[in-house]
Amino acid sequence: MKSLVEIHNLSAGYGPNLVLQGVNLKIKPSDFIGVIGPNGGGKTTLLKAILGLITPISGTIHFSESMKSGGAHRIGYLPQINNIDRQFPITVFDVVRSGLMSRQRLMGRYSAEENESALHLIEEMGISAIRNNPIGELSGGQVQRALLCRALVNKPALLILDEPNTYVDNRFERELYEKLKVLNEKLAILLVSHDLGTISTYVKSYACVNNSLHFHEGNTVTPELLKSYECPIQIISHGDIPHTVLHQHTH
Amino acid sequence: MQSLIALFDFEFFRNAILAAFMASITCGIIGTYIVSRRIVFISGGITHASFGGIGMGYYFGFNPILGAVVFGILSALGIELFTKKADLREDSAIAMLWSLGMAVGVIFIFLTPGYAPNLMSYLFGNILTVSKEDLLYLLFLSLFIIGFFIAFYRMIIFVSFDEEFALTNNAPVKLFNALLISLVALTIVLNIRVVGIILVMSLLTIPQAIANLFTKRFDWMMILSIVFGFLGSILGLALSYIYDIPSGAAIIFTLVILYGVIKISGLLIEKSRQ
Repeated sequence: MKSLVEIHNLSAGYGPNLVLQGVNLKIKPSDFIGVIGPNGGGKTTLLKAILGLITPISGTIHFSESMKSGGAHRIGYLPQINNIDRQFPITVFDVVRSGLMSRQRLMGRYSAEENESALHLIEEMGISAIRNNPIGELSGGQVQRALLCRALVNKPALLILDEPNTYVDNRFERELYEKLKVLNEKLAILLVSHDLGTISTYVKSYACVNNSLHFHEGNTVTPELLKSYECPIQIISHGDIPHTVLHQHTH
Repeated sequence: MQSLIALFDFEFFRNAILAAFMASITCGIIGTYIVSRRIVFISGGITHASFGGIGMGYYFGFNPILGAVVFGILSALGIELFTKKADLREDSAIAMLWSLGMAVGVIFIFLTPGYAPNLMSYLFGNILTVSKEDLLYLLFLSLFIIGFFIAFYRMIIFVSFDEEFALTNNAPVKLFNALLISLVALTIVLNIRVVGIILVMSLLTIPQAIANLFTKRFDWMMILSIVFGFLGSILGLALSYIYDIPSGAAIIFTLVILYGVIKISGLLIEKSRQ
């Protein structure tokens, strides 16, 4: 299968600090990759590089033709919820429709078709009743849903989610992952999470980012495996999965 | 009442009403942008930095407002560019610019031989002395802002709400930020003649605070801010006439009272419903 995104020997960082070094990763259309790793290990930097928010210091990120659409890449992005100013005077419907904006469309109105697809997503996500409410009146889970609609409304080929489970209730978290599972039938997903236990049921592979990147096919992750990848992450699981906490180790 | 109506016979009074109207339009729209984006402090910096231009205008003998326009826009773009590129704390940088502008203004006014006429009107504004020229500038700015916000409304919201997301969609974020901050500077400077440097920030924030009591939508906030801004200006103007107090201060005072009255009656209505 042809890759949507091919990252080759990527180094990136801020100023003199190289947060990422020699990273290689291929994202295929059916992928559901869990991006894990310690804080400060470069998870966010990797996302920013793929999203085009930072320029790599060296290496390349190649996008396939099917990823390109009118000057932009077909990426849907769900930022961390605390990056959003929830006091901003904007309604749910307008947040969702804003996902359709790009350089090509400076002016004009949304077409009937675009409104229709936005409303359809809102319906699907179960936030129809609050679609005309300002986002300031919403719960964390509802804001996440609205932002997920915004990420999906432009029909992306790759969906990138940055810690979608922070500040969100358990019920929404489960719903979200079930939703992602369905979405994954049509698009590739890159999910950044610190919560290995929960995502392990859903992801198909792991990318452990800790300055370098180690790719692991399959969703079974054992502490030993993480150790061999030099991935100092804690496994804290919920529900029926046994509770494991990885102790500190040096490498 | 009779004497208030008779005031319309005077050209200066009709001009004052026109100035109040256009100040409400420009400050209503741009203020909503400022408040929504949380750049009130940046706007305060631009306001005071523009005083440097006024001082240079006095010293070199050109229209002080022209100097303020140049200083205002340059400092606005400076803040926009430098705080993002250079490794400088944004609020410190703004405070520096804020006081630098005031210092430059004070130095040049001090160096200007003789008495600096109308200096108080730049600091505190005087809506009753706005000239035809001032009105014309305000008219152009009002029309431009209205046109700009109607044409690019969705893009303005998109870029303001979540800049990072807009960047990932390849939206022209930098261009719009620069255009909008320049409009902020122009709005501030041209309204200095109406309410003055010290008070112009309140015309950009209090009507929005009142509007925010009724709505949490950007479009309605703009419209209601214009309405409340104009209402406050007219009532303030009447107040300043009746009690013979400075117009700028009377307008701001009225707006704050208006906010208080609406806020408290809202709370009372809510309480009586329970």
